[in-house]
Amino acid sequence: METKDKKWIVGQGSHIYFPQDTSKIMFQVILALLPASAMAVYVFGFDALKVLLIGVISAVAVEALIQKYLMKTPVTIGDYSAALTGLLLALNLPASSPWWMVCIGSLISIGIGKLAYGGLGQNPFNPALVGRVALLIGFPALMTDWSVTGGYLSELYRKIPAEALTTATPLGFIKAYSGSNFTADLVAYFNSYSINLKTLFIGATSGSIGEVSELALLLGALYLIYKKVLNWEIPAAFIGTVGIIAMAAYYVKPQAMLLPHYHLFSGGLFLGALFMATDMVTSPFTFRGRIVFGIGCGVLTMLIRLYGGYPEGVSFAILLMNIFVPIIDIYIKPKRFGV
Amino acid sequence: MSINFKNELYRGIVTENPIFRIVLGMCPTLATSTSAMNALGMGVSVIAVLTCSNMVISMLRNVIPDKVRIPAFIVVIATFVTVVDLLIAAFIPPLYEALGIFIPLIVVNCIILGRAEAYAAKNPVLPSIVDGIVMGIGFTLSLTMLGAMREFLSAGMIFGYAIAPFKHQFILMILAPGAFITLGLVLAGINFIQNKES
Repeated sequence: METKDKKWIVGQGSHIYFPQDTSKIMFQVILALLPASAMAVYVFGFDALKVLLIGVISAVAVEALIQKYLMKTPVTIGDYSAALTGLLLALNLPASSPWWMVCIGSLISIGIGKLAYGGLGQNPFNPALVGRVALLIGFPALMTDWSVTGGYLSELYRKIPAEALTTATPLGFIKAYSGSNFTADLVAYFNSYSINLKTLFIGATSGSIGEVSELALLLGALYLIYKKVLNWEIPAAFIGTVGIIAMAAYYVKPQAMLLPHYHLFSGGLFLGALFMATDMVTSPFTFRGRIVFGIGCGVLTMLIRLYGGYPEGVSFAILLMNIFVPIIDIYIKPKRFGV
Repeated sequence: MSINFKNELYRGIVTENPIFRIVLGMCPTLATSTSAMNALGMGVSVIAVLTCSNMVISMLRNVIPDKVRIPAFIVVIATFVTVVDLLIAAFIPPLYEALGIFIPLIVVNCIILGRAEAYAAKNPVLPSIVDGIVMGIGFTLSLTMLGAMREFLSAGMIFGYAIAPFKHQFILMILAPGAFITLGLVLAGINFIQNKES
């Protein structure tokens, strides 16, 4: 918001100046994602760095080109929002993504997810997730290709010849064999396997670039919550709901369910809950609205993971709940002062 | 009453284009524009049904009581749809398999009922036939265009010919979201051009 535009200050009473604007917020979020990005480069090697750079550059380029030549409006790449969308999109892709797939993702994220709705602030869906889901539906084989060529993970795989870990994520593996005779064996294998809570939390499971290290994501998110850029209600409600449902499912059918910490730490839950669901444009305004939004995301995620066709449901859940944000904001309003 | 076929054709393809201007018949548009060939097959079926139903409804327009006109129209339309359905099943089985339920569903296609209600029920036989033909052509051209766009964006092919074949098919474009995205972008483009002209 430009404060020098004096025309906008109309009402009487006290006005507070808040030294925060779009570009500062976006820049802080990018900063907060750096630990997770660094961890990704450490785990996946040069491939991850390549995907991250292509994601950011192509998203900024797409925004600049569309605004300059198609929409003929002022170019707004200076507010870092396109760079952030590109970074978030790249963090949601596997390290093996070819460069052109990242570019198509940026085109869909920025072009269809954001600018087609009228630009930043008008988009009902999180642009980075629009791009990710379009790629997931459009290139299902490439988007679940978790092979690695460098970094810590390839070193680790050389030491442990565990086929299950090189070919798929734990959630993906269980989904691929659900309903078959192997399910019980596979579940027992993962639940007893030594690569447990600590490894999952710090990093070193295969998956999308940004979702490997919950620790790095949490560090970034805590900084943003401290800076009051992120709210804590949505992540708390989201992650809490997933944890409770995963625990309940495990205690009902321990022989067929993964341990709850796989649901918490092996998928994209932390990346989605901390950085995607909390997007200011696409989440509710009020405290209670955010709790409802977070619980809805959690329930949908677990429904998709346990009963749906896809192993991972975080991105679908957030997009589906994004649709409900206007209705949540209509029915859950803050208490009016003086009534 | 003389008919200027060229003007009528312009009306069917541009000013009153059933898909892009009147935005009718969205269900077959979204579902059967998966490839240029499917879209063309659907379009030709609609031309046949629309022309015949417009003709018969126009003939019967003074006989059908106003209160039961919709059921009467549907019976006429359903008759021709059944004829087309059986013809395609007998002579073009691959197209029949590709279009599936959407051939019988031509019965409830809004364009056909819309033209019956808006045009054939009020006009003499010959103009109604012409209206059926030009509207059908407008529908077919738009649908084939959408089909070709989606086929190209998903696999780099048009009518099955490899223009620039992709190594990895972008299957989003032949699934439902691709239909909505393509149609939305084309409509946006048309509005953009129109706003620029006016």
